[in-house]
Amino acid sequence: MNSAIPFLIYLGIFVGAFWVVRFLTKRGRVHDFTSLKTVTFGDESAVRSNRTASIISVVTIFVLWGMFTGSSWLPGFLHMPGPFVGDTSFTYTAEAPDGSRDDATVHIRVHRADETPPGIEVSPGEGFAKDDSASVVAWRSELIRVDLNDEITKKDGAQVVAIDGQPVAPGGSVRVAAGVVNLSDKGTPNFVPSKGLQMEPIWLPSPEAVVRRTIDIASEGYQGYTLWEHLGYSLMRVILGFVFGALVGIPLGYAMGLSDWFRGWFDPIVEFMRPVPPLALIPLVIIWAGIGETGKIILLFLAALWIMAIAARAGVSGVNISKVHAAYSLGASKRQIMRFVIVPNSLPEIFTGARVAMGVCWGTVVAAELVAAEVGAGKMIVTASKFQNTDIVIMGIILIGIIGFGIDILMRWAEKILVPWKGKG
Amino acid sequence: MSGLSIENLSMRFDLPNGSSVQALKNVTLDLKEGELLSVLGPSGCGKTTLLNIVAGFLAPTEGRIVLNGHTVTGPDAERGMVFQQGALFEWMSVRENVGFGPRMKGMSRSESAGIVDHLLDVVGLQDFKEKAVYELSGGMQQRVALARCLANDPDVILMDEPLGALDALTREKMQSLVLKLWKETGKTIILITHSVEEALLLGERLLVMAPRPGRIHKEYRLPFADLGVGQDLRQVKKHPDFAVKREEILGMIWDMEEEIMGRTEAAS
Repeated sequence: MNSAIPFLIYLGIFVGAFWVVRFLTKRGRVHDFTSLKTVTFGDESAVRSNRTASIISVVTIFVLWGMFTGSSWLPGFLHMPGPFVGDTSFTYTAEAPDGSRDDATVHIRVHRADETPPGIEVSPGEGFAKDDSASVVAWRSELIRVDLNDEITKKDGAQVVAIDGQPVAPGGSVRVAAGVVNLSDKGTPNFVPSKGLQMEPIWLPSPEAVVRRTIDIASEGYQGYTLWEHLGYSLMRVILGFVFGALVGIPLGYAMGLSDWFRGWFDPIVEFMRPVPPLALIPLVIIWAGIGETGKIILLFLAALWIMAIAARAGVSGVNISKVHAAYSLGASKRQIMRFVIVPNSLPEIFTGARVAMGVCWGTVVAAELVAAEVGAGKMIVTASKFQNTDIVIMGIILIGIIGFGIDILMRWAEKILVPWKGKG
Repeated sequence: MSGLSIENLSMRFDLPNGSSVQALKNVTLDLKEGELLSVLGPSGCGKTTLLNIVAGFLAPTEGRIVLNGHTVTGPDAERGMVFQQGALFEWMSVRENVGFGPRMKGMSRSESAGIVDHLLDVVGLQDFKEKAVYELSGGMQQRVALARCLANDPDVILMDEPLGALDALTREKMQSLVLKLWKETGKTIILITHSVEEALLLGERLLVMAPRPGRIHKEYRLPFADLGVGQDLRQVKKHPDFAVKREEILGMIWDMEEEIMGRTEAAS
């Protein structure tokens, strides 16, 4: 039930922000019939993304993150109720075999996992059931052997029959002031302090914890390598694999586009290898080349090779025949046509292929490092996950995302500079 | 001898299913140096095939093309070609496109600069010479194509519906430009078109071709191209003979189209 709450809040912000922004921008909008006709099916360009929505969307994610982790970046009133922390108590009623009953109080101190406060001192009190004290870590539970200090213990036949005055049988549970007491099948109370709605840091650390950890790791490193080494190794593998893939793939694609023999020879290989996910090759590459750098670069080479070969092939085959005819009747030789017509004409396709290949390589390198590596972005997060360092895992995912996005932006930028004629032929 | 002769040209295409198409049959024609020929005909009459053979892109099944005394065996800079569209090199600037032919001959940029500048002046694109070709309008792009073709100083210029993709106004301006270039350069020009008016305006000689098999149906010698040089082409169109010829040729092509339709229907 509780897990629906973040989604409901998200939905609420989505709808609420829509109406608020709509109300605030009402004046600027034009209301004639042409401007209302914004969505024409098949003409996507009629819908342009709303900048305000994008900004609110990103802010919302961080706000929700902060709300459910009790982030210190958010004012307290925005926090979801946290777990109960502090002192509480409940009473239990023990029944001796002879039918006599006695009440005793259990004093509980609930504290955070990273704190170890002293326990509560209690005086045993009257009757055969004596008061108890216990410490519980927030988000955890604690089996409290209340009978241990009693005059008549469970061994003697005493049973807990009520909690806070409410009768309960083994297996049942009773809601108390700061949580729930479950009576175990053997009749021992198990205290579960209320968890609130916030996420435990071990599942989802607060944003500032992730930032703090990022700064720590950037300066101290993780698992014997600095953050930059982890990311740099991954990037270096991608670049090397991609460069080798392009060096072999582009000439291969050209040959396939220009010669029927090459095309016939390599078509079955390329067409078969293209749909094989590079990740499926990891086991074979590990068997053949081990888990070192060679294996990873071979894997990325294979990931980039087919994409680049197909892109170059498409670029060559895509030459408008009248361009070639025009060049011939302007006196160009075959060599000159290759250099001045076919190669430049294929560059836009090759750049598109390169963008796809870089994206695939980046995904593949992280996956390959998850499987086996000494160092690398994927290695960093898989190691962190084994130690439940969720903050490092999240940091790693964010950095991997930023780098992947950065690669794509760089490739687009290079495309704009180097092949401005793309799509203009 | 100078000039272009098309001698008893036949072209048969063998289709993968075993049948064959007779695209051209026994086409014979002589063009003197400096003549302007327009070729007209319904679709499928082999006009583009004829042009491709003259350009050297296709080898004829029978017959041959003789230019200035030697037989044509393949494409060459002596026969320049202007396409309908899409044949400019969009990775080169206007200047580089026009200078392409000289560059292929091994001329340096400074050597060809004079030719390029002169031709850009002729077609009125001097101000656009550093622009990318895709930044130009359709009419300007065709002017670049004309200039690029002329930069090689070819003996024959082959035009495959060069103005077909232009709007009516631009087209009229370009027709004047073609006439002007023809008169000024004295090149032999073969121009293929779908437009009867354009064929009449730009054809010193006009060839009407008939389909299946592609052949010469009728040939005209016309005064309009000479009249149109440096003149308002709309005045030429008002010439009494112009309308008569236009109706005659239109009727001829209509009849051919109907015959094709009839034959197709009978076959199906």
